[in-house]
Amino acid sequence: MTKKIEIKNLNISYGNKIVVKNLNLDIFQNEVLAIIGPANSGKTSLLRSINRMTDFNNEVKVEGKILLDGLDIFEDEDSTFLRRRVGMVSPLPVGLPMSIKDNVTYAPRMAGCKDKAELDFILEDCLKKAALWDEVKDRLDHLATKLSGGQQQRLTIARALSHHPEVLCLDEFSIAIDPVTTMKIEAVLHELKKDLTIIMVTNVINQAKRLGDRTAMMLNGEILDLNINQKIFSGEINDKRTKDYIEGVFG
Amino acid sequence: MFNPSIHLLNKEIREKNFKNALSMVTFFLFLPALGIIFWLFIKGYPALSWDFLTLDPINGMTAGGIFPTIVGTFWLVMISVLVSCPLGVLAALYLSEYAKDGKLTRIIRLAILNLAGVPSIVHALFGLGAFVLFMKMGTSILAASFTLAVMNLPVIITSTLESLKAVPHSFREASWNVGASKLQTIRYIVLPNSLPGILTGVVFAVGRSAGETAAILFTGVAFYLPFLPQTVFDQCMTLSMHLFTISTQVVGVPVSYPYATALVLILLILSVNSVAVVLRTYFRTKRKW
Repeated sequence: MTKKIEIKNLNISYGNKIVVKNLNLDIFQNEVLAIIGPANSGKTSLLRSINRMTDFNNEVKVEGKILLDGLDIFEDEDSTFLRRRVGMVSPLPVGLPMSIKDNVTYAPRMAGCKDKAELDFILEDCLKKAALWDEVKDRLDHLATKLSGGQQQRLTIARALSHHPEVLCLDEFSIAIDPVTTMKIEAVLHELKKDLTIIMVTNVINQAKRLGDRTAMMLNGEILDLNINQKIFSGEINDKRTKDYIEGVFG
Repeated sequence: MFNPSIHLLNKEIREKNFKNALSMVTFFLFLPALGIIFWLFIKGYPALSWDFLTLDPINGMTAGGIFPTIVGTFWLVMISVLVSCPLGVLAALYLSEYAKDGKLTRIIRLAILNLAGVPSIVHALFGLGAFVLFMKMGTSILAASFTLAVMNLPVIITSTLESLKAVPHSFREASWNVGASKLQTIRYIVLPNSLPGILTGVVFAVGRSAGETAAILFTGVAFYLPFLPQTVFDQCMTLSMHLFTISTQVVGVPVSYPYATALVLILLILSVNSVAVVLRTYFRTKRKW
């Protein structure tokens, strides 16, 4: 298996609070890596450093190396191209204050695409992938901010797919969606796996079990356990805390 | 069945009294505004006519109209807004979207706050030193406008900062997240959604500068000019200064003249402000989130 992302000795800190400690992690091409763990264990910070959203927060300090296809992502001054390659879905849905159509075509337009036919294709394609097309196809001109929370979350996913990322980071994407839609999107993610590498932070352990190829357990900025799902969910666990967390004893 | 105790009944009465007290206070705040306009209208009514608005002052400003002062006010306000608006908005954009929260930024913010607290007569002295003398503009519309612009800058910067802050940070993050640059995010997300607030701030600044007297005192306003300003390097008359002049400096002005002048000035400012209010209400109904 080819390594898509290699994280080497990654340290992330806010002021003097260290949130990720000396973390090493390889993520393979076309796998779904689920990251579980209780709140405040550095999962979100880890995701945000992978597409350098940490750049926008002056208090965050990121040290170490992250290689995408073998190249250091921190080397380039301009990180916008990186963010097109590494898509991100945040836990709380954000519909940009514009029409549904403009939301989904926002990324390609910002990348300079003006071809109307191509934009229309991206619009339909991404909305279908995010299981939203049928609900909004008749009102693509409506304001995205007026959609329901669950619809906005799927819109966020559609938007993250619109710039054809190679890696998709999902940060607790199902927090605002009902179970039925969650299953729809999970099915979609299963399909997308063919073309994408997916990193998924989740609080739902069953979701990690269903979707992940491998699952990592994070606690206090460290990875306690990392193994293929068959092993981790059949009890082949090194750390007792992981076992407790999965079995619901703590967390 | 639920029976309210004596405590609950007392609570209800207190609630009612408090609400009434608040509405009384609010009502009394409304009275002076209405009273001023009413009084000015009663006292100034005899002088009000089309001629009053469109003729030059004659006979040593004891007769005629106030046309040149309206023209002068218009010039000063227009040029000062043209200067302060772009500068203020750009400065606010930098402070809000780019500046890191360091020592320097905090000093700049503090300076802006202090600038807003500087008395206008001090601005006038600054304008005299900086624009009239140092930049050799002379006492002119240009120098007076620049002085007004400096005075308006903190107002525009502060109101623009507020409007920028009103755009949720999550919108910016969502935009950055899909690979839009900072500039694109400002252009397509931040500015379109804060424009109503920015406009409102600018329009209020216009109203403020239309009534300003002290700040333009040494920099470009004249007691009396027999001609209209031809270029920006001429002096001009303004409504506010004219009001001061005919109320205190000239003998033999009909009583109704200062009142009518004040009325015109106040109505001008009110109409500008109501444009701001209308703009704000209009955009609020079109608010996108």
